[in-house]
Amino acid sequence: MFEDFMVNAWEAGTIVAIIAGVVGFFVVLRGNSFLAHAVPHGAFAGAAGAVLIGVDPLIGLGVFAAGGALTISVLGRRARSDVITALSLAMMLGLGSFFLSRSSEYSAEVFSLLFGQILGVSSVQIVPMIVLGAVCLAAVGLLYRPLLIASVLPEMAPSRGVNPQIITVVFGFILACATTMSVPIVGALLMFALLVGPPAAARFVTRRPVTAIPLSVLLALVTIWASIALAYVSDWPVGFFVTAISALIYVAGRGVSALRRRVPASRNTARVEAEAVAA
Amino acid sequence: MTHSTQEWNDVPGAVLSARDIRVTLSGKLILDGVDLDVAPGEFVGLIGANGAGKTTLLRSLLGVLKPTSGTVERPRRDARTGGVGYLPQKVALDVDAPLRARDVVALGLDGGRPGIPLHRRATRKRVDETLDAVNALSFAEQRIGEMSGGQQQRVLLAHALISDPALLLLDEPLANLDPASAYDIVTLLDRLRRTHRVAIVITAHDMNLLLPVMDRIVYLAGGRAVTGSPEAVVRSDVLTRLYGRPIRVIRAEGRVMVIADDAGIPDEVHHELPAEVAGASGSSGLSGSSGGGL
Repeated sequence: MFEDFMVNAWEAGTIVAIIAGVVGFFVVLRGNSFLAHAVPHGAFAGAAGAVLIGVDPLIGLGVFAAGGALTISVLGRRARSDVITALSLAMMLGLGSFFLSRSSEYSAEVFSLLFGQILGVSSVQIVPMIVLGAVCLAAVGLLYRPLLIASVLPEMAPSRGVNPQIITVVFGFILACATTMSVPIVGALLMFALLVGPPAAARFVTRRPVTAIPLSVLLALVTIWASIALAYVSDWPVGFFVTAISALIYVAGRGVSALRRRVPASRNTARVEAEAVAA
Repeated sequence: MTHSTQEWNDVPGAVLSARDIRVTLSGKLILDGVDLDVAPGEFVGLIGANGAGKTTLLRSLLGVLKPTSGTVERPRRDARTGGVGYLPQKVALDVDAPLRARDVVALGLDGGRPGIPLHRRATRKRVDETLDAVNALSFAEQRIGEMSGGQQQRVLLAHALISDPALLLLDEPLANLDPASAYDIVTLLDRLRRTHRVAIVITAHDMNLLLPVMDRIVYLAGGRAVTGSPEAVVRSDVLTRLYGRPIRVIRAEGRVMVIADDAGIPDEVHHELPAEVAGASGSSGLSGSSGGGL
């Protein structure tokens, strides 16, 4: 499980989980799960196009991810943003199927962009991942507070000098950056699962933002490490395990939350009853 | 487009100065030349029927809504003052958002700054003091989304207050509060404008609690604003004309009550009752109220 070719998989998986955990925290906080679906899947079309014209798929991914995120965040400003997201996603997927139909011999490579090829990651691919990942982390670190206030209190943010519309566009680019670095490794579907499942579960466990982000990263790491190990042992696809474990972790988080809400309530009831008896 | 916005006031004495504000939204003229000057420490009530443009005016004063024409001079943020504090009418909060009351209040202090916060003791103390001022310290550790509407309102007010703003724009801040909490908030606001010279512009449908503290009332109707003293505006004839429905102002024992008269329905019922029944119900009502007084 720790042979040379597997070392790359562990490294790549670790980097993707860290980025997905951090960026995903804001995806869920902002209610942007649909955007997190559209950008990776739309970006896959860009990679398909790049393969067709013989360019590095990473460039196609980056252009489509950034273009898609920009289109959705700008057009979604004055209209229902879910409608814009849906139409952009459908249009990009349509383009992707067109590109694929023109280049059948490369379809295996493109297929891996949807479902990932983490067990076949080469060390050459790790370098651009680390660079793009560092850009994402730096942007989130720098914009942490403006992102929080614009996401939770968009109407009150302007009085603190934060323009929520600009934050929406900037966050779209951060998401595009995270997508571009991770889709070649884990695929669009897995990135989507990692961006939503672990961060959503972390929110149930803690009520502090500074704790929720590391916890979200930890859960994403557990998800991807377990998936790689299980895929190696069972020879089943990694994608199956990542999506299944993401969903399981979310369900477990909800369970924790349900328990947390019940316990204090019953304690209060017990105290009130005890006081009533004493009186 | 003649709109321009200056971030500092050159009208001496005024903390907020709006000139000839016109706002057209989706082709509909909402504000048609509104002027408003507010002095430091002044308590201004903004009233008007639903759709009169109260929220639109507040958003224009805050600067999130660019007026079609007109100018607004508002306090700017610097090291000493938090500029304008704003409390919107409706804030949709996610139940599971991992943010405690104190996180929300701290964002009011430094939410616009870059980087991850490393709150020192002084900041934490200031957050606690602000939460205490709005009687919210007891639920400081709770998730903002899990609180009642009234608790959220107080936390959001603390968020608006913590930066020491020179001007507070409050859109229906009392709407979700029970009478006792609403009274506490009005008392707090009145204290703040006296001790910190914070100017306050507030909208409220129920103005009874605000009557003792308001310096001035601005009422919006037909896109225009008319300013007057509470004595001049809070009169049955003026309010009835403003809202286009019967409104009665009752002055008794130095208190003023504003009552939306339900088109005189109780009176009609009263007239239809036989004299002795009406008399009996009237006397029982009286004895009931005197009993309550004891």
